[in-house]
Amino acid sequence: MSELINNSAAELSGKLAAGEVTAVELTQAHLDRIAAVDGSINAFLHVNTDEALAVAAEVDAARSKGEELHPLAGVPIAVKDLIVTKGQPTTAGSRMLDGWLSPYDATVVRKIRAAKMPMLGKTNLDEFAMGSSTEHSAFGPTRNPWNLDRIPGGSGGGSAAAVAAFEAPLALGTDTGGSIRQPGAMTGTVGVKPTYGGVSRYGAIAMASSLDQIGPVTRTVLDSALLHELIGGHDPADSTSLTDPVGPLVEAAKMGNVSGLRIGVIKELNGEGYQDGVREKFQESLELLRGAGAEIVEVSCPNFDHALGAYYLIMPSEASSNLAKYDGVRFGNRVLPEGQTTIERVMGATREAGFGDEVKRRIILGTYALSAGYYDAYYGSAQKVRTLIQRDFDAAFSKVDVLISPTAPTTAFKLGEKLEDPLAMYLNDVATIPANLAGVPGLSLPGGLAEEDGLPVGIQLLAPVREDARLYRVGAVLETMLEEKWGGPLLAQAPELAEGRLQTEGAK
Amino acid sequence: MATATEQIVSFDDAIARYDPVLGFEVHVELNTKTKMFSSAPNVFGDEPNTNVTPVCLGLPGVLPVVNKQAVEYSIKIGLALGCKIAESCTFARKQYFYPDTPKNFQTSQYDDPICFDGAIDIELEDGTVFTVEIERAHMEEDAGKLTHMGGATGRIQGAEYSLVDYNRSGIPLVEIVTKPIEGAGARAPELAKAYVAAIREIVKNLDVSDARMERGNVRCDANVSLRPYGQEKFGTRSETKNVNSLRSVEHAVRFEIQRQAALLDEGGSVVQETRHWHEDTRSTTSGRPKSDADDYRYFPEPDLVPVVTTKEWIEELRSQLPEPPAERRKRLQEAWGYSGEEFRDVVNAGLMDSIEETIAAGASPAVARKWWMGEVSRRAKVAEVDPSELGVTPATIIELNELIQSGKINDKLARQALDGVLAGEGTPTEVVEQRGLAVVSDDTALLQAIDGALAAQPDVADKIRGGKVQAVGAIVGGVMKATRGQADAGRVRELILERLGVHG
Repeated sequence: MSELINNSAAELSGKLAAGEVTAVELTQAHLDRIAAVDGSINAFLHVNTDEALAVAAEVDAARSKGEELHPLAGVPIAVKDLIVTKGQPTTAGSRMLDGWLSPYDATVVRKIRAAKMPMLGKTNLDEFAMGSSTEHSAFGPTRNPWNLDRIPGGSGGGSAAAVAAFEAPLALGTDTGGSIRQPGAMTGTVGVKPTYGGVSRYGAIAMASSLDQIGPVTRTVLDSALLHELIGGHDPADSTSLTDPVGPLVEAAKMGNVSGLRIGVIKELNGEGYQDGVREKFQESLELLRGAGAEIVEVSCPNFDHALGAYYLIMPSEASSNLAKYDGVRFGNRVLPEGQTTIERVMGATREAGFGDEVKRRIILGTYALSAGYYDAYYGSAQKVRTLIQRDFDAAFSKVDVLISPTAPTTAFKLGEKLEDPLAMYLNDVATIPANLAGVPGLSLPGGLAEEDGLPVGIQLLAPVREDARLYRVGAVLETMLEEKWGGPLLAQAPELAEGRLQTEGAK
Repeated sequence: MATATEQIVSFDDAIARYDPVLGFEVHVELNTKTKMFSSAPNVFGDEPNTNVTPVCLGLPGVLPVVNKQAVEYSIKIGLALGCKIAESCTFARKQYFYPDTPKNFQTSQYDDPICFDGAIDIELEDGTVFTVEIERAHMEEDAGKLTHMGGATGRIQGAEYSLVDYNRSGIPLVEIVTKPIEGAGARAPELAKAYVAAIREIVKNLDVSDARMERGNVRCDANVSLRPYGQEKFGTRSETKNVNSLRSVEHAVRFEIQRQAALLDEGGSVVQETRHWHEDTRSTTSGRPKSDADDYRYFPEPDLVPVVTTKEWIEELRSQLPEPPAERRKRLQEAWGYSGEEFRDVVNAGLMDSIEETIAAGASPAVARKWWMGEVSRRAKVAEVDPSELGVTPATIIELNELIQSGKINDKLARQALDGVLAGEGTPTEVVEQRGLAVVSDDTALLQAIDGALAAQPDVADKIRGGKVQAVGAIVGGVMKATRGQADAGRVRELILERLGVHG
């Protein structure tokens, strides 16, 4: 493995600025890595070789002329295939959009282009971001670089696995119920869901509009802060985007102390249902933070017990509406039915063939929840629970500065293990969902390896709305202490990936 | 498409037995620069599918942004309809699958419209005033336009394929919904027409819509139900969709009253349904029944934040409102001193603005009316255009009048001068000069002509000498003929009487 690709984005930025490496060399190194290992990982649905190298060459030319460049200029990035890009296909992991080319760029993509970051390609995901394992992709599952028989989490398994496998130093994800943070936990990487409205959603294919948020997927807390500062900020094209400037996140990540901060352990997101190794690693992180001068207190958020139920009404309700546009009339794939081709039959045949089972399940659930006579009982009640959860957060944050919990109750489970049991799959998001329902920001960072299976455990930090900086401050300190303990980044302990074709335990 | 002929009873019989209750939903397309939720231009008549952006095509990943101008126009409509304006209101998604709706939902307002609880007075032609209460006026977006190809009727039934133009998709609409209108009785069809005309006039006056019904800028859905007189409970209503001319609105309401009365007379019941209006047969046919299947699964639009209005903003918009058309009419009629009938004629001829401008430019109300309603209207009728579009300006009228007042020309010559102006020969003064139009004011020349006329009609001359002064007209006519109209008739009369030694 080229040593170059082991560097963090911040380190690469420094090397580029110092002229130790060119953007073309750096981009090529990542493209080579993708060529070498992605056959077994399947993190990428599309590799954007020519354009990435062309952008890298532009950066090198600009730098040689002494032009002012963004610190991340020339640092390559991978983009979750839910975010639309001109010149590259965008599939949302669905047959429905297989072959579709967007005529416009998402706002975050425009920012990435403006910063001259070479886009390596588009990463795999559960179809329309619906899933917790990336097994619901129409283009095959992504595998966890720690163990190819395990899931990388979902829906952003592709972005997390690409970063964990050193195929990309940075990636973009989207998080509706944990799709950035839970894959971060599963792959030993860092993922951030910003405050709702902190990053423009324009160009992120909507699953559940009131919950969706774009965020960074990286290997270090500082890298997430760097990327977050680039993609964040107000966008007139997104009415729900906050007008506040992005806070000083990089500065927060470099503060280096947590002394005097009050950190709340959420009683309801610990204990029963959580794997032993997850609980152990979580306790370890708490001890480290206490040792660094933080005050650890327990807080109760009683309504979190209803979060999953509320989420699985609100999310499918919005999704059923957002996915109505996929009917084969204007774009994407059209399937003609046998026999008579009325518009209704064409729409029906297209949606029957174009959507996978999980997407259909959620559309049906959401359509039902919004139906006349059921709306109040389902969607209406769920919105009330949502308000209660927001109040729980308000109450908790009146006592503490940040909240902490495990990111997921388990480490990465086996491919296929929960595919036939949607409820078990949904339960994996129990700790990440409350943040989406309340719009608060959350960060997941690696907390070590669970003793029983040697797989990464995620630690989740949550902060009040607009206080994303606190996540970076606490996250960076905890990361430093953990890496000191491990003697280096957790990913250094990941198994060397065999280059070439897919090799699983069964195949060995 | 063959449809069963509906049984109807005579309108008078229907009204004798049943009390009609009306309700209207009028959609007004706003003439904003851009669409309701996207930056695509709001322009009529361009090449299909050219005024579109990813947003109004509903492409994956797009988000709506509310058009501030559309909100302001909606508030102005609300204020003009006497509505309250919501301090905060939201959008909702109305969901149904149809290819003219790119997202397969329409972004509309549901339980909190921006304008609510208003009322307007509707004046019928004879001056009777009905107050129509407004339930709400809410913002929404238009759908694309479908054209069904290959069939005989242009309808979807029998078509081979359909074309869709998304230029119209996302154009801002305000839907104005009345409360049930009771007590119109036999005037119901007339009131229907007058109501839609009033809405059209209001939005045109506000300059928030082009208000052209033939282009679908103003579209009316008419609800009609009947009940026995004295019964409080409303009957079952039908909703006749897209009745898009004032005359059709009147006829559709009339037809529905006759059709529903026939059903009720036979002991049958009215089906709650949407109906289609057919201009050719002046009748409605059954569309689709309203039923539980019409579940639009409304829910709050999560991509938009609430629209918040401040008192200052509303007052600012209120201060921009033009004078309401009804008030303006009342004011002008009083100021001009026209009779009710005279004024209605002016309004119906579409000449209120022209006459107002002409009076403002210095003409008396009587002169302005005489010219616009007389000579100008006559020529417009021949040319088959609106009098206001003939090319006559207030300055033309003023100049013609001044030429007459100064005695340079008379009424007859002024008509010739107007013809010259319309023929592009210049201003009235220029026409008078170029055509050599001038009253013969040389008494010698006139006396010669008078002598000739008297000689030609000696019996008349005798009658006048004998005291029958009113016979002088025949001699005046002869003189005018001899001078090709270029004489001042008043002066001619004087000279004739002088010549004959008679004092008139």
